[in-house]
Amino acid sequence: MAFDDAYGALTDHADDARWAYGTGFTDPLAGVPADLPDGVDRADLAAYCLMLGDDALIMSHRLQQWVTRAPELEDELAIANIGLDLLGQARLLLTRAGTAEGAGRDEDDLAYRREAHEFRNVRLAERDDADFAQLMARLLVFTTWRLALFDRLSGSRDPMLAAIAAKGVKELTYHRDYAAQWVVRIGDGTPLSHARMAAAISGVLPLAGELFQAHEVELRLAGVAVDPAVIRGEFDAVLAEVLTAATLEPAELPEVPATGRDGEHTAALTEILAEMQELARAVPGGAW
Amino acid sequence: MSESTFAETIAKDQRVEPRDWMPDKYRQTLIRQIAQHAHSEIIGMQPEGEWITRAPTLRRKAILLAKVQDEAGHGLYLYSAAETLGADRGDLTKRLIEGRQKYSSIFNYPTLTFADVGVIGWLVDGAAICNQVPLCRSSFGPYARAMIRICKEESFHQRQGYELLMTMMGGTAGQRAMVQDAVNRWWWPSLMMFGPPDGDSPNSAQSMAWKIKRHSNDELRQRFVDMSVPQAEALGVTLPDPVLRWNAEREHYDFGEPDWSELKRVITGDGPLNRQRIERRRQADSDGAWVREAAAAHAAKHGSGR
Repeated sequence: MAFDDAYGALTDHADDARWAYGTGFTDPLAGVPADLPDGVDRADLAAYCLMLGDDALIMSHRLQQWVTRAPELEDELAIANIGLDLLGQARLLLTRAGTAEGAGRDEDDLAYRREAHEFRNVRLAERDDADFAQLMARLLVFTTWRLALFDRLSGSRDPMLAAIAAKGVKELTYHRDYAAQWVVRIGDGTPLSHARMAAAISGVLPLAGELFQAHEVELRLAGVAVDPAVIRGEFDAVLAEVLTAATLEPAELPEVPATGRDGEHTAALTEILAEMQELARAVPGGAW
Repeated sequence: MSESTFAETIAKDQRVEPRDWMPDKYRQTLIRQIAQHAHSEIIGMQPEGEWITRAPTLRRKAILLAKVQDEAGHGLYLYSAAETLGADRGDLTKRLIEGRQKYSSIFNYPTLTFADVGVIGWLVDGAAICNQVPLCRSSFGPYARAMIRICKEESFHQRQGYELLMTMMGGTAGQRAMVQDAVNRWWWPSLMMFGPPDGDSPNSAQSMAWKIKRHSNDELRQRFVDMSVPQAEALGVTLPDPVLRWNAEREHYDFGEPDWSELKRVITGDGPLNRQRIERRRQADSDGAWVREAAAAHAAKHGSGR
């Protein structure tokens, strides 16, 4: 490499093979028609995209908070990677929500200019994690549910949602595997770690009931959205398998009415938004 | 390989590989150099990492998260390169959090505004690139190969930083002031990233002879200044150095003397955030101990590693 212009030396030849992950970035949604499918209510579609987008945005925020404090470097990489994937899903879904709504709001308007009660994420996404066992238990529940959901959603009548979901399935498959492996290691590891994972699982399950309560928007969007009740069987089976491997007791999910989907959140979301939206709101007319 | 083939390999500008014979001092110097570089990547995640959750757009958030992830990846590559020399990652981490091994002092400065994210990319990653591009020709093969990938990614990082600053300079007057303020704070520490002046850099001569250091500190610093000045002009910011001017005779920019007493102070642990940076790693290490023990216990029961 030429030394006189160190910066130029890094950019002057097309040797993609030397990039860690290649430079062939492609738009995952290239060629997917952006028009709304016939007979779909715009407001319902926008609301549905917000639900799934907010889940990813808020869960990603919690993962971002772990980036420089994981047990191993490999986990800092993995957690950043999962956070990045979910952030990518959130951006596509919020953009789709804005398009469906038709009021000119983009991903940033939706992420930074809504109040807590306007967020549609499940409460599971916003909870804080006191330790790594809690994070992994929550990630397992979240990704197991979301993977099953996206797997069905890849057959949606909305080609854009179907494409977003198909891309997400590949990512979530890895996320679920990562979380499951840690739940097993921690559950099976030492008496201390076993106790912590048992506590983490019983702490997170009260938040899981909400995941399978169909919202009226989801029911009205039959063929476009997925009724989460239909993925309950798969969720239960996966969870049981992982918990068995982790030497933990099988768990029951309490039934709870959906709350986050209607904008009823815990104080944890208010804290997240205070942090996330602070700068964007502090500089009106700012260019970033 | 023997002592004479080692000398021949160096003389011919070829690569020394992990199983080759090498002088103990060469091995130890490299372990220290690579470990300090790895530590710098890992500590370097913190100043910018603090802004991920607060990034003002989702695009900037994604870029920053990817960048910090890259830095963790660089740390891993480099610890692995050090391990080919017989070092152990756990031991190196211990040395870091006990303050027995150093990392780049630049990361002991605070990131006060989002413009700092841009300036770190432009100047700090820019200085790192100037330092590291020559290391792609390090005589030690695993380090040289790791550096090629790392430099490519650093180049991405530098460009995203500069692009952020360009965008902010097109924003509000307050944002332009924010960029100028960040440049004022980071310029001198960036110049110090090249280390003390050549006359005060005792280990340099041996490292140059072994070809694990390719250019002198002052030479690299000059190149960095020469590359940065036109970029600052294009950006529309002033570099905080009253004596900075083009010297037509030398065909280089003349520039002022950094405050070396400050560098010494920060290196010896008395910078603005030394304690906080180390404490965060120490906390992560101790908070994660029970998790690593669990993973080891699980692996032992099932006869396999992770």
